[in-house]
Amino acid sequence: MKERLVGAALLVATAGSALFIAAYFTGGARLYEGLALALTAAALCAAAIGWALWLLPHEQVADEIVTYPSAPAQRATQTGEVRSDVRAIARPRALVGLLYVALAAFAAALALPIRSLGPAPRDTLFHTRWRKGARVARPNGNPVRVDDLEVDSAITVFPAGALEDSQSQAMLLRVPEELAPSTRGYMIYSKLCTHAGCPVALYRAAAKELMCPCHQSVFNVLDDGAVVSGPADHSLPRLPIEIAPDGTLVATSDFPEPVGPSFWERR
Amino acid sequence: MIERLLLWVDDRLGTAHFVRHALRKAFPDHWSFMLGEINLYAFVILVATGTFLAFFFDPNAAKIAYDGPYRLLDGTRVSHAYASALALSFEVNGGLLIRQVHHWTALIFLAGIVAHMGRIFFTGAFRKPREINWIVGIALFGLAMLAGFTGYSLPDDLLSGIGLRIADSVALAVPVIGTWLSFFLIGGAFPTDRIIPRLFIAHVYLLPAAIAALLALHLVIVWRQKHSQFPGPGRTEHNVVGSPLFPRYAAKSIGLLLAVIAVACALGALVQINPIWLWGPYEPWNAANPAQPDWYVGWLEGALRLGPAWALHLWGHTVASPFWPAVLLPLVLFLVLIAWPWIDAAIRKDPASHQLLDLPRNVPWRTAFGVALFLFVLGLTLAASGDVQARYLHVPITSLTTLYRIFCIAAPLVGFAITYALAVELRAMGGVRKAPRVRLRRTAEGGFEEEPLP
Ligand code: FES
Repeated sequence: MKERLVGAALLVATAGSALFIAAYFTGGARLYEGLALALTAAALCAAAIGWALWLLPHEQVADEIVTYPSAPAQRATQTGEVRSDVRAIARPRALVGLLYVALAAFAAALALPIRSLGPAPRDTLFHTRWRKGARVARPNGNPVRVDDLEVDSAITVFPAGALEDSQSQAMLLRVPEELAPSTRGYMIYSKLCTHAGCPVALYRAAAKELMCPCHQSVFNVLDDGAVVSGPADHSLPRLPIEIAPDGTLVATSDFPEPVGPSFWERR
Repeated sequence: MIERLLLWVDDRLGTAHFVRHALRKAFPDHWSFMLGEINLYAFVILVATGTFLAFFFDPNAAKIAYDGPYRLLDGTRVSHAYASALALSFEVNGGLLIRQVHHWTALIFLAGIVAHMGRIFFTGAFRKPREINWIVGIALFGLAMLAGFTGYSLPDDLLSGIGLRIADSVALAVPVIGTWLSFFLIGGAFPTDRIIPRLFIAHVYLLPAAIAALLALHLVIVWRQKHSQFPGPGRTEHNVVGSPLFPRYAAKSIGLLLAVIAVACALGALVQINPIWLWGPYEPWNAANPAQPDWYVGWLEGALRLGPAWALHLWGHTVASPFWPAVLLPLVLFLVLIAWPWIDAAIRKDPASHQLLDLPRNVPWRTAFGVALFLFVLGLTLAASGDVQARYLHVPITSLTTLYRIFCIAAPLVGFAITYALAVELRAMGGVRKAPRVRLRRTAEGGFEEEPLP
C-alpha cells in the first residue's frame, strides 16, 4: 500500500514534467509552466518523504564528540612550538619594525585605486543649475508664463537648459495672490526632500503644504518650507524668483542653501 | 555500480574511511533543525534562476525609447536595464516565471534565515563551542539582505530607483566620510549611469561569491563540530544522536529541497510580485505612492519613518537625521547580535562547552530578550507601511507614527516581562502538560462527578 502511494507520487511527478513541456511549447504561460513545475516538485517531495518515513529503516546512530579540543599534550606542544617560532622571527628587532612599515606601505598602495571609483565631492552638492536669470521651464522645455497656472495648482519645473537635472528639480506652485504679491502668487521649492531625497511630489493646496510620499515629511509653503511634521530635519529650500518683463518666470539666483538631504560638509 | 565507483576513487584518494563515517553521520531528527537547510536550498534555487535571468538582463543605464510588446509604455524613454527586464518578462519563454520564482525565493531565503537564527538564539545553540558559526551566520544574514536589496534595485523601475535614492541619502548621512562614501559607491552625485552596472557586479558576482564562501565555511564548521541536540534519553554533552545521513536523512532532506522548489514555483506561478511595468521606469522627479519595499528592508524603512527629526550640528558640520535610524541603529543591532554569545556567557557565568540545547523556557531572560528584540523589529516593520494603514483606517499618519513610536518602546518592555514570567512559570511546571482526560457523570443528586479516562 505504502509503496503504491510512493509509486503514485512518482507517476504524478512524471505527468507534471510532461505538462511543463506542453506548457512551454504552447506559448509558455507563466501560470501553467509554474504550476506544472510546482506539481512535479511537490510530487517528488511526497515520494522522497514517503520513502524516508515508510520504506527506509528507522535506525538511530550516536556520534561521540572526540575531535575537539585536542589532547592536552598536543595543545602544549603547539603552544611551545609556535612561541619559539615567533621568537625566532622577531629576533632581528629593527627588521621587524621595517617589515611593518613595508607592509603598511604595500597596503596603502594597493588601496589607492579605490580613489578612482568616483570624483571628489568638492562643492557638487552645494549648487544646482539654477542661476540668476534662469528661465523656469516645464519638463518638456516650455517656459512658464505668468497666467499658465491656476491658483492652488503645482507642476514640476527645471531651469531652462538643464531639463531633467535631478539636483535642480523643483515644484512650482501658485497660491492666492495676496499670499505672495510680488510674484503674483508663484513660489518655487526644491523638489528634493530634505530627509532622504525623494521627490516631494504632493501639493496639498488646502493646507498649503508640500508632502513627501516616502516617509511623509510635510513642509509649509507659507513659512519658507518649514517642516510641519515627519522625519525631515530641515526646511525645504525656496528658490527666489521674479516675473520677467516678457511675462515668464525667472530665478533671481541659485537656491540660497544646498538642496536635498543633509550631509557632513553642510553647515 | 556505486560500490565500484567508490572503490575506484578509494584507489586514488583513500576515501573509504571518510565516506563510511560521512554516510553514517548522525543528524538529529527535530524539525527545527531543517530551518537552516531551507536557506541552503533557497540559495541553490537563487543561483540557478539568477543565472538564467543574467543571460537576458542588460545592466546598462543608457536610455532608449521603449519598443516592445507592452504597449502602454510605447515610446517611453527607459534604460536598457529596464527594457531588458521587460523583455525578460514578456518575450522570453519562462522568463516571467523565473523572474517571479527568483524574487519569491529571495523572500523565502531571508525568512528562512531569520527563522533559523531564531532557533539558534532561543535554544542557546550559539554557546561555546559554536560562537564562530554564529558570527558566520550573522554575516550571511547581512550579505543576504544586501543581495536582496541590490537585486531589487537592478531593473531600474520607479520603486527601485526611489529605494536607491534613499540608500544614497543614508550613505550621505554617515559622519565624516559620508559624502565621499556616496560618491565612491555610485561614481558621483546621485543619480549616475554607474549605479546599475556596479549593482549588477555586486549582485551577480561579489555577493553570491561571498555568500557561497561563507555558506561553505558554515557547513564545514557544522560538519566538524557536529550538530547540537535537545536533551533526551541517551543524549549527553559529548555525543549527538539522530538518523544516519544516508539513506534516511538524505531522503528527508531531498524532500525538503523539492518542497522549497514546489512552494517557490507555486508562488511564482500564482502570485504576482514586483510588476515593474506597472511602476514605470525610474525618473528622479517621479514619485510612487505608496511604495512598499521587500519585507526584509521594512524594518529599516520603518526606522527611517519613526526616527527623530534631529540633525546634529558640530563645528560647522552636520550629522543628518537618517544617521540615527538607518546607520546607528543597524550598527548597534548587528554588534549586539555578534557579541551575543559572549554577553550570554557572561550573564550565565559559564565558560563551559555545550552539546545539549536549552529549552527556551529554561533560560527565561534570554527568551524574554529575544521576544523583546523581535517585537521591536516587528514594530519598525509595521511602521514601514504606516501610510497604507492610515489610508485604510482613516487616521492621520502622524498619529500612527506616534503610536508606533510608543509600540517600539513599550511592546519590548511588556513582551519581556510577560515572556519572563511565563517562562519562569513553565520551567517550574516542567513544561506544558496536557490536561488529564476525564468523563463527567451526572449524579443522582443532580451534581457532577469526574471520572478519569484511561
Ligand atoms: S525622503 Fe521625504 S520624508 Fe523621507
